[in-house]
Amino acid sequence: MAAYVLRRVLWGLVLLVLVSLLTFVVFYVLPSADPAQLRAGRNASPATLAQIRENLGLDRPMTAQYWTFLSQLAFHANLGYSYFSQASVGSLLVDRLPATISLTLGAIVIWVLVAVPLGVVAATRRGTWVDKLTTGGALLGISAPVYWLGLVALYLFADDIGIWPLFPGAGSYVPFTDDPWQWFTSLILPWIVLASTFTAVYARLLRGNMIEVLSEDYVRTARAKGLSERRVVWRHGLRAAVTPLVTLAGLDIGLLLGGAVLTEAVFGIPGIGQLNYQAIVHADYPLIQGTVLLAACFVIVANIFVDVAYAYLDPRVRTS
Amino acid sequence: MSAGADVALCVEDLRVGFDTRDGLVQAVDGISYAVAPGRTLGIVGESGSGKTVAAMTAMGLTRGLRTRVSGRVLLDGEDLLAASPARLQELRGDAIAMVFQDPLSALHPLLRVGDQIEEAVRAHRGGASRAVARARALELLELVAIPNAAQRIGAYPHELSGGMRQRAMIAMALANEPRVLIADEPTTALDVTVQAQILALLRRLRDELGMAMVLITHDLGVVAETADEIAVMYAGRIVEQAPAAELFAHPQHPYTWGLLRSVPRLDAPVGAELVPIPGRPPSLIDPPSGCRFHPRCPYVRERHRTVDPALEPLAARPEHGVACLLPEAERQAIWSGLTKGASAR
Repeated sequence: MAAYVLRRVLWGLVLLVLVSLLTFVVFYVLPSADPAQLRAGRNASPATLAQIRENLGLDRPMTAQYWTFLSQLAFHANLGYSYFSQASVGSLLVDRLPATISLTLGAIVIWVLVAVPLGVVAATRRGTWVDKLTTGGALLGISAPVYWLGLVALYLFADDIGIWPLFPGAGSYVPFTDDPWQWFTSLILPWIVLASTFTAVYARLLRGNMIEVLSEDYVRTARAKGLSERRVVWRHGLRAAVTPLVTLAGLDIGLLLGGAVLTEAVFGIPGIGQLNYQAIVHADYPLIQGTVLLAACFVIVANIFVDVAYAYLDPRVRTS
Repeated sequence: MSAGADVALCVEDLRVGFDTRDGLVQAVDGISYAVAPGRTLGIVGESGSGKTVAAMTAMGLTRGLRTRVSGRVLLDGEDLLAASPARLQELRGDAIAMVFQDPLSALHPLLRVGDQIEEAVRAHRGGASRAVARARALELLELVAIPNAAQRIGAYPHELSGGMRQRAMIAMALANEPRVLIADEPTTALDVTVQAQILALLRRLRDELGMAMVLITHDLGVVAETADEIAVMYAGRIVEQAPAAELFAHPQHPYTWGLLRSVPRLDAPVGAELVPIPGRPPSLIDPPSGCRFHPRCPYVRERHRTVDPALEPLAARPEHGVACLLPEAERQAIWSGLTKGASAR
């Protein structure tokens, strides 16, 4: 297993280099905006532009620019400096990461705690109102775009503009270390909004898996042993039905840690997603490269984690 | 066939129907039998004859909105069909247990074999500690002759061979020394040599534990050595029932003849052909009129298309029952003709 993980990690590193190369090429071959132009302002003289290009290293050949980036990253763990704020990309990412992690982890807790019981109950009481409510609600949750759901949530419940001012509204996020209570309350709405889509998807998937699993022979065996229906469903049924979902959840979590752009934007949460968005708006190449690589890192790590976890969850994978 | 003093399981006029979109499927249509402790009843029939549904209903495993059940299933005098879900849960895996056809799909793939057996022990011995249940699981694995039981107890089902898996399945069913063991095609998924081992194991355990056993199979060869009594099922009904030796010596029903002649036998004359039963099992939504076997029966008379035969004892041998409209003398003549015809070749 250790050798397997090591091999996967090495492949992950290769993949990261490829991702960085791709980001670099896309940025230079398809420039959305000229970073020098953006910095220099509207009526800058060609000399100023040239000066800025030289300062940023944009006048050097592309291969040299890429090599500089790569060697700085590899030998000095340095992701470069933002064109826009001059701050080091690494420190910007570290600043923004806690908000994104807070948002993601809370959403996961909600979606697991809601989706698992909903999926199981809907599967075991097929055709009843619980099932219809779950499948109907799931359809709504899947169809509703996050930004719309976020705005509706703010309009209904935010303490500044809401009809029922129950929770802090947009832009109220503070780090956990500053004020844990405000951190918690300010994230309630974003957590619910971000979790809603995932809850819907996972509840539906789990319902389907459960229905399939509950008709398996080994569930019949569990009943024939004289186990309680609760144990049959929650131990024998859920154990088998949830395993494929763990894979999916791992990948989704990896994606979210790379930045929940829309949710962060609607609620003004200063996370990786916001940073990424601003980097693109400012044509801030080092920052784009940094956020993209971080997101890719999370996805790769999540992938490795999922494969390892799967081997523990399903012994049949382990031996083959 | 009433519930005598020495009867562990007694089924009386059991009927099981399933409501489907196409109509009511009458899978089991009035069957009765009784099994005494230490004895084995073999139930033989094709797929779809209702043999498995009858057994699953006895265990309460077909309960649901779309099932219609009537009759009685008495376990030591207690009607399982009328039992509350809680009572049924107490009895299942304790007083009455079941071994299923394919142990690979019947064992939970993600749980260790030992844990699954332990679970069966603890489900019925509320106070049993994990250590006690573990010891019992090990004892059970040794009872069913699994080599290296101490290591195998931690194995997952896919790590065991087919025969070992079925042994583990049997160990699980025997966890609480049931009064009645229902084995539903316990050897069908196994190699022939392993089949014989599993049957020998079931016989030994039946004798050691004094269980009543119901052995369900489509294969007369499987019940030949193991069953004391055999019931032949066709289209949801028992069409012939007799002590095993009697049934093989003097089969009465044309369907039983068909079953016997479609199975290869070592004692059959060289060159004797296997004769398949023509046609297919009938629809259970709209069963044939009269004798249900008449569309496939080579000896059908006009009367058989309208008159429904009941299972009636033979005059000379009341322990042998048959549901056939042919006169007994004629049946005798046909069967001896069939067996002679085979030996004449």
